[in-house]
Amino acid sequence: MSTILFFLPFLLLFAVLAIYAERKVSAFIQDRYGPMEVGYYGILQTVADLVKLLQKEDIVPTKADRKLFLIAPILVFTFVFAGFAVVPVTSGWEGAPIQTGVFFLLAIVSLDTIGIIMAGWASNNKYSLFGAMRSAAQIISYEVPLTLSVLSVVMISQTLDLQQISIQQGVHAVGQETNYLFGIKALGIDVTEIGGFLTWNVFRVPILFITWIIFFITSLAESNRAPFDLPEAESELVAGFQTEYSGFRWSLLMLAEYGMMLLVSFLGVILFLGSWNSPLPNIGSVRLADWTTGEIGTLSGHLWSAFWLIAKALLMVLIQIWVRWTYPRIRIDQLMSVGWKYLTPIALFVLLIAAVWRLFMI
Amino acid sequence: MTAYFKNIGNSISTLWTGLKLTLGHIAKATHTVQNKDITSDNYFDDQDGIMTVAYPHESIPVPDNGRYRLHNEIDDCIVCDKCAKICPVDCIDIEPIKAVNTFGKTSDGTPKRIYAAKFDINMAQCCFCGLCTTVCPTECLTMTKAYDFSEYDVADHTYSFATMTPLEILTKKQELEEHEKNKAAAKTASSGVSKAARPVAKPRPVSKPKLNTSENKEPQAGKNEEVENKPKPKFKPKMKPKIKTSGEKAEKEGNENKKNQAEDTPKAKPVMKRPKPVMRPKKKSSDNDEKGDGSAD
Repeated sequence: MSTILFFLPFLLLFAVLAIYAERKVSAFIQDRYGPMEVGYYGILQTVADLVKLLQKEDIVPTKADRKLFLIAPILVFTFVFAGFAVVPVTSGWEGAPIQTGVFFLLAIVSLDTIGIIMAGWASNNKYSLFGAMRSAAQIISYEVPLTLSVLSVVMISQTLDLQQISIQQGVHAVGQETNYLFGIKALGIDVTEIGGFLTWNVFRVPILFITWIIFFITSLAESNRAPFDLPEAESELVAGFQTEYSGFRWSLLMLAEYGMMLLVSFLGVILFLGSWNSPLPNIGSVRLADWTTGEIGTLSGHLWSAFWLIAKALLMVLIQIWVRWTYPRIRIDQLMSVGWKYLTPIALFVLLIAAVWRLFMI
Repeated sequence: MTAYFKNIGNSISTLWTGLKLTLGHIAKATHTVQNKDITSDNYFDDQDGIMTVAYPHESIPVPDNGRYRLHNEIDDCIVCDKCAKICPVDCIDIEPIKAVNTFGKTSDGTPKRIYAAKFDINMAQCCFCGLCTTVCPTECLTMTKAYDFSEYDVADHTYSFATMTPLEILTKKQELEEHEKNKAAAKTASSGVSKAARPVAKPRPVSKPKLNTSENKEPQAGKNEEVENKPKPKFKPKMKPKIKTSGEKAEKEGNENKKNQAEDTPKAKPVMKRPKPVMRPKKKSSDNDEKGDGSAD
């Protein structure tokens, strides 16, 4: 239910604003103004672009595989959108109550590649095919460290349920789980009551910070964002697998890309950065964490947790944009080298440490 | 193995440097770098912040002696044809009609003896060399500061500066024909021999063969020499303010700043729109680069 009621409208609004943010951030990084004409400070520029896109002709190349070509963008978007089903919205609204939410999410995120290969191959265009093949190579390489980094968190949390993982990282964990400072019971400092950022996974088990970095890098690759935007590499492949698409179908692909950004940001926030929990800790009688988290199920609980989750996710998206406009695109051999020689071994190593760390926690 | 960890360390430090660099630019984006005159001493001082000029709303000041759109002050023009002759790309198209008498004076006192039935400058062909403004004896042809004159139709790049109505042109032509006829009759009365030989003896300049003015070309050539012999005003690179003889020519001064320029361009249009049907048929023939046959309408 959360998917239709919340995430669909939210995703559409998000895409409009994220594209605007993308343009403004890139402009400011490059000492430009960015869009300034449509609406106040260009805020409606994306809306104008969307209207333009919807008016465009839906062109299907004669030699393209018509059926696959037509359904590919819908598939890409569907797979990305399906991922939102298990993402909790607030502390009292968890989306689809799936015990194996993380597993489902990882599976559905990789399905995205099928749509991309379908789009690229069906286009019957060299650029598109190149883009699709690169996409396949990239996703296969980066799926491994991504899964390993998620696995570290799962090992610490001992659950695949995203809502359960969220609860563990805040003041609501009282009674279910005991959180020690840095996850070391020997220190004897119980921070379950304190909550705040101290119970977030990256602080609960500091080694997960490295995992989070790996997760962030691989999530960039998963969502085909620069510096891993080889599948669409506009300076080499025109637009990669999107080359032959126009109008609404192209905007669906674009929407899927931004949806993917948002999805991996949500996932990263839920797994590492305390999900919908407040970053403010309880300090003695100043119950900042309690005040800014609210009771589960109450209105304030809904509002606070939705606020924190979305704010953190949007911050992650902002970092993704910042990264995109800072780094140049990496070559395909560098991509493979980073994925297999660096990220995968490090993720494996951290997985081992996380397993040992789990022993300190109990 | 050492290289492996060195790579990691190197990557982290360089990636972090990059992020800090771009973040610095975002932080500085609250400040917009002001447009400055390039001659000012602190031109290179203010380097941080948004550098873009939001063009239609603001613009970088252009130098006074910049070479942009041509303008002819037709009231000061003696139709000497020098600009058309020197033009390397032949973008100036002049159709002169010799006057029977001197019919006026330019603002610097040069007597006007030729009417300009057509004075078209095709800015789409212009190479902005400024040679025409250099040779102009009365300095009526100048380059203005207007540089934003893009058009939807390439034909709109032809600017017509002649102000004569078709009726006036016809009248003047007839007047001239009458005069020539009278003169020829007078000549024939005195000596019948020279009449036939005359057109052959003095071939007219190749650059501007005008069919309907062919007879009066040679007196005109003489006129040119006459003009040349005059002590002509020295060429100055800066355009000096012209004494305006008609109100509608005020647009030239309006180019001083950008704001006026926007309204200047539409203002210029009605002037050049009118003779368009005249030059349209010419379009085809101008392809073979002979300007002369254009006037055979």
